[in-house]
Amino acid sequence: MSGKKLRVATTSLAGCFGCHMSLLDIDERLIDLLELVEFDASPLTDKKHPGPCDLALIEGGLCNAENVHVLRELRKQCKILVAVGACAITGGLPAQRNNLDVRDCLRSVYLSGPGLAGGGLIPNDPELPLPLAQVHPLHDVVKVDYFLPGCPPSADAIWQFLTDLLAGRTPALGHGLIHYD
Amino acid sequence: MSDPICRDLSDILRRHHQDPTRLIQILHDVMAVEGWISKTTITELSRALGLPRGQVEGVVGFYSFFLPEPSGQFRVLFSDNITDEHQGSRALLRTLAEALEVEPGQVRADGRVKIGLTSCTGLCDQGPALLVKGRAIGRLTPERLSVIAGLIESNTPIEQWPPDLFHVESHFWRRDLLLSTPCDPGAAMRALEARGSAATMAELGRSDLRGRGGAGFNTAAKWTACAAAPGPERYIVCNADEGEPGTFKDRELLAHYAHQVIEGMTIAARLVSAQRGFLYLRAEYQFLIAPLLAAFAERRSQGLLGPNILGISGFDFDIELHLGAGAYVCGEESALLESLEGKRGIPRNRPPYPVTHGYLNKPTVLNNVETFLAAAQIALHGAEWFCAVGTPKSRGTKILSVAGDVERPGTYEFPFGTTIRAILDEAGAKGVQAVQVSGPAGMLLSASELDRKLAFEDVPSAGSVMAFDQSRDLLGVTQNFVRFFAHESCGFCTPCRVGTTLNRQRMDRIVSGHGTRHDVEDLESVARLMRASSHCGLGHFAANPVVDLLRKFRPKVDRRLASLEVLPSFDLDAALGPARELTGRDDAGAHLSEEGP
Ligand SMILES: Cc1cc2nc3c(=O)[nH]c(=O)nc-3n(C[C@H](O)[C@H](O)[C@H](O)COP(=O)(O)O)c2cc1C
Ligand code: SF4
Ligand code: SF4
Repeated sequence: MSGKKLRVATTSLAGCFGCHMSLLDIDERLIDLLELVEFDASPLTDKKHPGPCDLALIEGGLCNAENVHVLRELRKQCKILVAVGACAITGGLPAQRNNLDVRDCLRSVYLSGPGLAGGGLIPNDPELPLPLAQVHPLHDVVKVDYFLPGCPPSADAIWQFLTDLLAGRTPALGHGLIHYD
Repeated sequence: MSDPICRDLSDILRRHHQDPTRLIQILHDVMAVEGWISKTTITELSRALGLPRGQVEGVVGFYSFFLPEPSGQFRVLFSDNITDEHQGSRALLRTLAEALEVEPGQVRADGRVKIGLTSCTGLCDQGPALLVKGRAIGRLTPERLSVIAGLIESNTPIEQWPPDLFHVESHFWRRDLLLSTPCDPGAAMRALEARGSAATMAELGRSDLRGRGGAGFNTAAKWTACAAAPGPERYIVCNADEGEPGTFKDRELLAHYAHQVIEGMTIAARLVSAQRGFLYLRAEYQFLIAPLLAAFAERRSQGLLGPNILGISGFDFDIELHLGAGAYVCGEESALLESLEGKRGIPRNRPPYPVTHGYLNKPTVLNNVETFLAAAQIALHGAEWFCAVGTPKSRGTKILSVAGDVERPGTYEFPFGTTIRAILDEAGAKGVQAVQVSGPAGMLLSASELDRKLAFEDVPSAGSVMAFDQSRDLLGVTQNFVRFFAHESCGFCTPCRVGTTLNRQRMDRIVSGHGTRHDVEDLESVARLMRASSHCGLGHFAANPVVDLLRKFRPKVDRRLASLEVLPSFDLDAALGPARELTGRDDAGAHLSEEGP
């Protein structure tokens, strides 16, 4: 990468931040990484809307309308979009709700759940994003350039992936990073 | 729910000598009595047969004709080959479902009936077809369906249904070398004894007979290797699984030339010194069971099967009939052997090959029905006779099942080297747009390729030829084929299990007008992966329909794409519908556009 630092955005959609924690787990290599990249919008910078970026790392799938907006904005701004972790790639844990009717989920949380005997209210504030009928992986809505599997992917896998990408190599996770047998 | 044990279980077990290798045959008998296989029955079977319970349960779960829960007194399965579809099977299915007031895929509330789909049942020359309680009915029309609906509604036992409903027609439109030359029972075996075993094997070698089931392996080489394999026990297996959609020539051969097929198996047994044989018949061909058993019995009474064949002491050979249970992968030779041993039909690692490690790991000759028939004729008439037709690399003739948009669907025998055009002309094909040769696992030829030749070295065929005229949607054809493979993948290895499903989803998307350029690229890369890394032939060939469609009819695909960009694969705004309904919101934030922010 000639001189100019790579601009990287990261976000967590319907995820648990585990993948971000795994990124931080690269430990002292973070310092090397910061030599090479500059973070744009990311929980690490608190910048809300991304500018033009080289790379977007996205954990978590799509469970509501806001997730869709954030993902589309990132897709517009970045050249390479990476689905990081099981949730981004398949829907993951949140997709466990996919065999339930989302209406039943809302009803049981807000109307009939424990302690709601008197009747609750399903929040309808326009500020709140509405949940999608099902949780979807990223590639159901935008083009995904790379998939980095794991729950979460190990720090070593993330490091290998990023260094490959930074060096212009097609990322290849070999033995021990995604193959264990 | 109560979980009753099968009423006749002890009788059934006794009939099958409590032999665990007969598990699939035992389960067929349980199905015939109960219509399903209960948990208690599985437990009892595992105890009686000395098998782990999980193994018995695994077998029940593997085969689509075994049902782990009640599925209606009458289970009706419409054949889902593309030729059935083109003949209107889907509309007929709806007609029957409406007449019986039942939702397809669901058991009617009174438990009377369930209607669904099954892979090609091999009646493509007389479709559309269905199975009811496992029995085949072809030539479906609204009139015949209303008769069927009436019989189901009145709960008439299937044995009392009018026999003409179950009549399976036969259409031999062209007979050549093999089918027009007589071969009286025993004649080929006597010729073998007169010529001697070694000379007969040499004759078979000179005929250059290659397997008719698909792979085209040299038959004499296979038999010689089996004969040379160490050990006292050897087996002969006839592959009559005939699961490749569009193929029905083995059905016709077993119905009208059974003696020649059995004679071929007996000759193989003599040449490799085998004492036991199996004929593995797909369960869809239930109507062939009685005639085949009668042919075995007749030959036993004539001294052509059983102990001391032809009066020669020590020439002992007998054949058992084994039924499949609705799994296409069991046509693959090593999966078939697993199934013969009473297990799930998961293909084995190869090598070792069946010639050294076959049935029960013993040396085994396994061939297609037509291969055995041809071997018998060669033993009788010699290699020169056989080699008089064909090409240098593909000797003799090929027996074909021709179906689809032709005036005379049925069975044809042609010399190798015949052009596809000549075959289609003879069958009365008009306005051909494309032809699928050798079934979904084979190749799709466009109208500009019809002068190519039927031959191992050009257009090989395991039997099927399906013609599609100009009115047919080729994307719909491919969609049918990828659906077939997704259903039939045995699930053992990931490239095929996942790849076949991805192909199905992508094709569904493209056909419904939601596909993108990205989907096409994915289809191509998944196809490469499946071909390179699947465990067995099913996975190697399962992407062929997609690859051929993209290579030969790309503009048809591109025209159907919604966009060259990636589009959401589902209706985003509709996905917010349930939440809108509960919250009563309809503001801008409660909607999502199709095209991005
Ligand atoms: C998925 C799959 C299905 C097959 N189905 C059949 C079949 O129904 N009948 C058949 O004879 N061969 C079938 N074969 C080929 C067999 O594995 C085997 O090559 C053949 O039966 C050998 O006999 P042959 O040498 O006489 O052709 C199938 C192969 C695969 C991979
Ligand atoms: S993949 Fe695992 S670690 Fe990553 S967001 Fe999902 S649940 Fe968390
Ligand atoms: S390729 Fe398909 S059918 Fe063959 S073993 Fe793998 S999953 Fe089973």
